[in-house]
This record gives sequence, C-alpha cells and structure tokens, in this order.
Amino acid sequence: MDKILVGLKRVVDYNVRVRVRSDGSGVNTDGVKMSINPFDEIALEEALRIKERGEAKEVIVVSIGTPDAQQQLRTGLAMGADRAILVESDTAVDPLTGARVFRALIEREDPGLVLLGKQAIDDDNNQTGQMLAAIWNRPQATFASKIEMTGDTARVTREVDVGLEVIEVDLPAVVTTDLRLNEPRYVKLPDIMKAKKKQLDQLSINDLGVEIATPIKSVGFEPPAERQKGVIVEDVAGLVSALKDRGLL
Amino acid sequence: MTKILVIAEHAADTVNPSTAKSISCAADIEDAEIHVAVFSDNGESVARQVAALGSVSRVLRIDNAANETLLAAVVAPQVVAIADGYTHIFGPSTTFGKDLMPRVAGLLGVNQVSDIMAVLGSHTFKRPIYAGNAVVTVEASAERTVVATVRTASYKAVSDGGNAEIDAISVEADLPTHTRFIELLAGSSDRPDLQTAAKVVSGGRALASSENFEIIYKLADALGAGVGASRAAVDAGYVPNEMQVGQTGKIIAPDLYIAIGISGAIQHLTGIKDAGTIVAINKDPDAPIFEVADIGLVGDLFSIVPEFQAAVGG
Ligand SMILES: Cc1cc2nc3c(=O)[nH]c(=O)nc-3n(C[C@H](O)[C@H](O)[C@H](O)COP(=O)(O)OP(=O)(O)OC[C@H]3O[C@@H](n4cnc5c(N)ncnc54)[C@H](O)[C@@H]3O)c2cc1C
Ligand SMILES: Nc1ncnc2c1ncn2[C@@H]1O[C@H](COP(=O)(O)O)[C@@H](O)[C@H]1O
Repeated sequence: MDKILVGLKRVVDYNVRVRVRSDGSGVNTDGVKMSINPFDEIALEEALRIKERGEAKEVIVVSIGTPDAQQQLRTGLAMGADRAILVESDTAVDPLTGARVFRALIEREDPGLVLLGKQAIDDDNNQTGQMLAAIWNRPQATFASKIEMTGDTARVTREVDVGLEVIEVDLPAVVTTDLRLNEPRYVKLPDIMKAKKKQLDQLSINDLGVEIATPIKSVGFEPPAERQKGVIVEDVAGLVSALKDRGLL
Repeated sequence: MTKILVIAEHAADTVNPSTAKSISCAADIEDAEIHVAVFSDNGESVARQVAALGSVSRVLRIDNAANETLLAAVVAPQVVAIADGYTHIFGPSTTFGKDLMPRVAGLLGVNQVSDIMAVLGSHTFKRPIYAGNAVVTVEASAERTVVATVRTASYKAVSDGGNAEIDAISVEADLPTHTRFIELLAGSSDRPDLQTAAKVVSGGRALASSENFEIIYKLADALGAGVGASRAAVDAGYVPNEMQVGQTGKIIAPDLYIAIGISGAIQHLTGIKDAGTIVAINKDPDAPIFEVADIGLVGDLFSIVPEFQAAVGG
C-alpha cells in the first residue's frame, strides 16, 4: 500500500464545556481552544504506526474548513504526517459533502486506506466514513479498536454494543476509529520546526468539482434540560431510606 | 403521505429492544404508516415478534443467506432497493444503526439526522450535539427521503398488541463480498442488559482492579441491576468495552443509576442524562458527579459498597 489518507477536523477541544448563546442562535465558540478531533488524532496515530511498520509509504492529512484548520494540519505534520491538504470552505461542511470531498481526493491520491474518526465531537454526526464508503462502493470498518494489515486485506476489530466484532475487508477501504485503538503520541518541539517545511496544499471545494449536498438545517439551539440539585445523605442508612422514599428499593 | 420504514435490529432469533424504541419515535410523526424491515438469513421468528409490536402496519421479511451477520455494506444496498415510496427510513442509534444508516443515506445521496431525541414535525427534530451540551432543532428537506437514527434512550418501547401482516419479499441488489464477518467476541452474562435494565450500577477508575470490581457485581446482583463502567475503568482493563457508559459508550436511561468511584466527566454524564434517579458514591465532595446526582453519599466506596449491599439484602 502506498498512501493512507487521514481526516483531521478542527473542533472545539474536548475539555471545553460549550454553552448555547442566550439568543439560541448557536453555540458560543468565540475564543475557545480548538484542537484536532480526538478520534482523528487516533486515526493519524494509527496511520503513522502502519507506516512505521513498513506497511504504507505516505501519510496524508486532510482537513476541510476555514484557513484556521492549517493549525491542526501543522500539528498533524508535526506528529509525523508527510503531507497535508486543506480543502477550504467558509462554512462547516455537512457529512455528505465532506464524504464527497474525500471521494474526490481519493480520485487524485489513490490511497489504500482512508482513516477517519468515528465521529466529530462537535456535531456528533458519526456519518462521514460510512457515507464515503457508500459513494466509493468500498468496505467500511467502523469503530475500530484494532487494525491488522494483511497485504490486500485488513482485519479490523470493531467495538459493538455486545462486545467486539472482527471483520475482514478488502483494500482499499474506509476505517473509522474508536478511542481504544491507540494512544496518540506527543508532538516534540523539533518536530514542530520540521513540520513548517512540509508540504501543505490548499484547494477549494470548487477545485475538486464537488457538489454541495443539501444540508440538514439547524434552526435553533437550546441548552440541555437541567437536572434538579439533589440531596447529600450521611450514610448508607440515609441512602437506603432515600431510595425507599422514591420507590426504588 | 408519510410512510416510514424502520430497520429492525435483532440478534439471531430475538428482536432487539432498540427496534420497539425506534418504532416509538416513528409513531410520534403524525399520520405515519409504519413498516418494519427484517433482514436475516431466516427472519421468521423475528418478523413475528415485530408484527406483534404496536403502530406497525406491515413487516417486510427479507431472507438471504448473506444476511446472516448483517454487515452494513451488505444490508445497505438491500435497504435502498426497497426504499422507494418511503418518506422516512429510521434505524436505532446503536452500533448496528450507526454503522448501517449513514451508508444507506450515502447511497441515497442525503445527509442523515443522527440521534433523534424528539419529533417536532414530520421533518423537524431535536438532536444532541457537543456531547449533549447543546440541543439543536434541525429541519430536513421535505423533498428528500429522511434517513435518521433514533436516540433509543429518549424513547420508551412501543407497546405490544400489534398484529401486522408479514410479507416475505425478495430483493434484487448487488451484494458485495469485499467485507467478511470473522467472529463476534461477546461476553456472556446473566445480568440484566445494560441498555434496557431498570437499574444500573457503574464503577469507575477508583475500583483500581478487576478483582475489586467484584463488589460492584455483587451490589448489582443484590439489586437485580445491570452493570456499567466509566471509560477509565474499561481502558484500565477492569471490565470489557461493552460495559462503557457515555458519549462513546452506551447512552442509557434506567430508572436508577448508581455511579461508584466515577468523577462525572461530561462524556460520562452524556450517557446518563435521562436516568430517573442518579446516585453518586464518591470520596471527593467536589466531584462533578454530585452536580447531577439526585442522591449523593461522600465516602470511601470500599466500605460503603459492601455495607450498602448487605443493607439491600444481598
Ligand atoms: C472523546 C472522548 C470521549 C469519551 N467518552 C467517554 C465515555 O463514553 N464514557 C466515559 O465514562 N468517559 C469517556 N471519556 C473519558 C472521560 O473524559 C473521563 O476521563 C472518564 O469518564 C473518567 O473516568 P472515571 O470517572 O472512572 O475516572 P476519574 O475521573 O479518575 O474519577 C475517579 C473518581 O473516583 C473517586 N474515588 C477514588 N477513590 C475512591 C474511593 N476509594 N471511594 C470513592 N471514590 C473514590 C475520585 O474522587 C474520582 O472522582 C471520553 C473522553 C474523550 C476525550
Ligand atoms: N471538515 C472535516 N475535515 C476533515 N475531516 C472531517 C471533516 N468532517 C468530518 N471529517 C472526518 O469524518 C469523521 C466523522 O465526522 P462526522 O461524520 O461529522 O461525525 C471525523 O472524525 C473526521 O475524520
């Protein structure tokens, strides 16, 4: 296999507790810390390990978004990716359009594997990888917690509700990552310097000839229902009687 | 006219409760005619169980040897082959539905509405974003098929008492062989299923070993509860992955949830927002779990849990 394509979405850092704007027009993301989507960082780590085992030659990171996403691509290059592509878009792209962008890049790059996160932690859609596999007419292995490359195929262990499912897919294929796949490496300072010299191409969605899909429109935002503040009991006896009061024991 | 196709989830011969919850969501759409598709190598028994669910007017039974293990790449083209005439196609927001439904949407060339938590109209829904820190109202185009997953924790199973007709149909679709099932490594347990249990006891990192987790199992057995865990407990290897509760694990809605030695990270809380009563046992009075707990007990779990178990008669 020559190339692995990895998606890196720029999202609000997972430690930030986002809040809905008081007028319900959206979520306040002004000035909050932005990071690589955690699942994508895991996807990149896995791609790098596959390359380090000699099972791939080049790792290309891709982000679709505003020019700010260069930051996340540079971090990806510092982690060890060989090359980066920024597909510029002023607005957030919907999953189907995102999948079409990846499909167009596959046409150009001919990767043996596309590694995406299982979900972006901002919109929590969990769609892009499956849609890409659908429109590419190739296998998908979602929620991966283990990937073994075996020449023309990959054996993927998937985290499913009842346990772990092992499937085998012919390559090329789309694999989406779950959290337990690996622990991403830390970026070292010299690597950040080196990453500045690595190639980062910028394209527009138009350059790729991608048709924008009909989005699911967001028409209003609200905070989640609050839970009432509860009581603190002193001891086990207090706990048991509080549960009995509620008819739970 | 609103016609909704719900894709049934099942394991071998038993329909999964997520199916009845997805139907319940579909039934919230006014004047909807609801059909359910059962893909299986032999769906006779599952089709019968589904036909007995309320709100269902027709069950489509699609038997095919290739449907023995329900791989998304194999099922999706069959769903598309029968999609004509349906305004909506729903599946559960379980790993089965999350894997399959976006592939169906991709083939149909539409975006998906993920994790419906409320129906406001035939094309207007509420769904959670940012790990449940915000709820967004979304509108799908009325010109296209609505493909959606249903956040099962937001719905009660539709009642029994239905008597739908069952049609065995054959479907013409090109089924790929590029994806092959190898094996399923599933833990077996006699305890109530985490996703449907009325009571759930969960342990966190504080348990510190799989041996110590025994006290969680014992308490759960005394209460007749299912057992869950935080991601930290799963990552540390104390329990298997299928026990994880939270944003990237299971989203559950038991009547009683007892969090033991769990700090209450937002990713964990996302999984229990709809629980009836939340109990937290933690030695740190400032742990965030106490902000959402209905009943809190501050102290060392290693003394509290055995005492609690004895008190409930285990
Ligand atoms: C993208 C992403 C997704 C995630 N998804 C999930 C998810 O689905 N589910 C999930 O759970 N997490 C998830 N996490 C992880 C989450 O952020 C937390 O790291 C995790 O929930 C912490 O687990 P914990 O509460 O068991 O451990 P800790 O945070 O370490 O808490 C341990 C608690 O035990 C208490 N304690 C210690 N000793 C005792 C004692 N003897 N008696 C009583 N109390 C004691 C401590 O006071 C502390 O509050 C996710 C993280 C990311 C980045
Ligand atoms: N704008 C984007 N840029 C790069 N990758 C993306 C983008 N949107 C989605 N992806 C990839 O698709 C995965 C799933 O995203 P989603 O379907 O939005 O939950 C992410 O984890 C990324 O790997």
